[in-house]
Amino acid sequence: MDLLRFITAGSVDDGKSTLIGRLLYDSKSILIDQLETLEAQSKNKENGEIDLALLTDGLRAAREQGITIDVAYKYFSTPKRKFIIADAPGHIQYTRNLVTGASTANLMVVLIDARQGVIEQTRRHSIVASLLGIPHIVVAVNKMDLAGFDKSTFEHIVADYEAMAQSLGLKDVQYIPMSALRGDNVVEESASMPWYKGPSLLAYLEDINISSDVNYDKFRFVVQYVIRPQTEALHDFRGYAGLVLSGSVKKGDAVQLYPGRLTATVQRIISGFDDVNEAGPREAVTLTLTEDIDLSRGDLITSGSELPHEETEFDALLCWMDSRELAAGNKYLLQHNSRVTRSVIREVQYRLDVNSLEKIPLPDSVKLNDVVRVRIKTQQPLAFDNFSDLRANGCAILIDETSHVTVGACLLQQN
Amino acid sequence: MKTMNHLQLLEAEAIHIMREVAGQFERPCLLFSGGKDSITLVHLARKAFFTGKIPFPLVHIDTGHNFPEALRFRDELAQATGARLIVRNVGDTIREKRLQEQRGKFASRNALQSYTLLDTIAEFEFDACIGGARRDEEKARAKERIFSVRDEFGTWDPKRQRPELWNIYNGKINKGENVRVFPISNWTELDVWNYIQAENVALPSIYFAHERQVIEHQGQLIAVSEFIQLDAHDAILTRQVRYRTVGDMTCTAAVESEAASLDEVIREIMATRISERGETRIDDRISEAAMEDRKKNGYF
Repeated sequence: MDLLRFITAGSVDDGKSTLIGRLLYDSKSILIDQLETLEAQSKNKENGEIDLALLTDGLRAAREQGITIDVAYKYFSTPKRKFIIADAPGHIQYTRNLVTGASTANLMVVLIDARQGVIEQTRRHSIVASLLGIPHIVVAVNKMDLAGFDKSTFEHIVADYEAMAQSLGLKDVQYIPMSALRGDNVVEESASMPWYKGPSLLAYLEDINISSDVNYDKFRFVVQYVIRPQTEALHDFRGYAGLVLSGSVKKGDAVQLYPGRLTATVQRIISGFDDVNEAGPREAVTLTLTEDIDLSRGDLITSGSELPHEETEFDALLCWMDSRELAAGNKYLLQHNSRVTRSVIREVQYRLDVNSLEKIPLPDSVKLNDVVRVRIKTQQPLAFDNFSDLRANGCAILIDETSHVTVGACLLQQN
Repeated sequence: MKTMNHLQLLEAEAIHIMREVAGQFERPCLLFSGGKDSITLVHLARKAFFTGKIPFPLVHIDTGHNFPEALRFRDELAQATGARLIVRNVGDTIREKRLQEQRGKFASRNALQSYTLLDTIAEFEFDACIGGARRDEEKARAKERIFSVRDEFGTWDPKRQRPELWNIYNGKINKGENVRVFPISNWTELDVWNYIQAENVALPSIYFAHERQVIEHQGQLIAVSEFIQLDAHDAILTRQVRYRTVGDMTCTAAVESEAASLDEVIREIMATRISERGETRIDDRISEAAMEDRKKNGYF
């Protein structure tokens, strides 16, 4: 059994919460007492039926307003897969939440109301998916019951979306007509749409191949912590505990260390309590080196034909997440993997309109939820890959130096 | 190249988070309750820092109402891992601060734990506290970050959470603040059990079926102990039970079970249609928003 993380993007009116509720309900992930609470709450609403949307609104503030105000994580599993849903609000004000939820996703479910078709919001969600390099998209054409389960309505929406997907470079897109409210094509196949021959949403999520989402070629290992037991038996042990961001490593491999680009040899690979011969992407292991070299937290161990950039000045696409505006010349802490360094925004080159992809030159100010292209200078050199080539080593966050709040998400780019 | 299964992925994520804590903070600790989730945390921490010892202390906020089996287990575990164990007693806080204890049949010190916890954080100047909470436990937890910043009152403000992107954890804090860290946020109850089985993690005996004297209260089985008040009409029954969660004897209910091994426990859980909190935590029944309110007041 493996793990698929997906994000659902849609507005209050698209039936996003109902869709998630339906997935949980029909896959039998809702337990009796939760159901009782749900029934009790549903009675406060007008119709007598269970309101599946209530399953997803955890916080009182969200429930009282009847909207989703923050990313909520939901879990369910089938015999084939464990699923983690990031339920992100779709409203324009919440681009930052969409970006947050999308950052860890293998797949985005884009909800479209069959009666409305592709709207500005659909475009925005898809642009975010494209910017963040989400490998797979499912376009869920919902509320087909309100569109008479009409085949041509669905086909029009598919054609519209297909044109947009091509312009955005979205490659793996699946279209599913459904009614989350009635359960058509969510878990069970629909009897009302015999013209649709494809899988239900759950069947698709269970079977989609996600093994190629991970990069197996470029070895990148971030040192998080140096293990030095300094006991008699382990007097000289110096283990670099960290995470394989991408690629793989074998015992005896020659590796390049950053900063400094020194060369070294991997002596041991320790996984848990055991020595192993190799480690691959996403494994948390401890490496030792044959050479007597002193690495510290934040350093990078790499190999492969293409090595990372090592720069103190580079470009980034920045999603601004703070209510206080960004201004060129401001200083922030920049965190890239386990490295934190001071940085300054040298220049704001343009703002990217997330509804049209239009580049608006030299914006006066950068506000919450804006996406801008910036030039960043850091105090220490950063060993990174372009986000578009290697998500795992191409992302960073900006942290306000005084409030310590996370204010920006950076997709790094060196031309 | 081998592929990782869901438990291996969850484990790697949790170990990555533990190492971020050790790397980012000066005085972290692991909040140890004696339950299976925090026992899992200790196991993960051992793996994360092997060949070294766990580089932070285990902190137990002892309500004085614990199962003796869980306390014995705690001491043995601390000894086996070589980790420093810090115990602070809610009873002491109640005396020193002249706090009002709950009265009644199942007078619980659950809510009073927060006072002792905050005092302990201040005493040792802990800047990060690792806890075993999971997002699937309760709806209010579903939106909590893995690194969750608390002010000096321990308050969690759901509206002022930091965005948490990719696997980059921002642990920068101001003086007086601390971070609660939840490495197994993305695990479900079943994931924890399956992991315990796959890794052969030892658990206190009360997680497995045993005979115990209980009373039945509103459909739940509560262990007879010196901490609950028995009324004249309470019938003391002897039942074969096990616990799904281990909290205080006053507010943790047992389930009837024959499951004496991990395999059998997991089989029972997979067949159960009642969630963990609903089945075994008496206090959560009080209100839907009970957890949210307690968390705002500095609860774990």
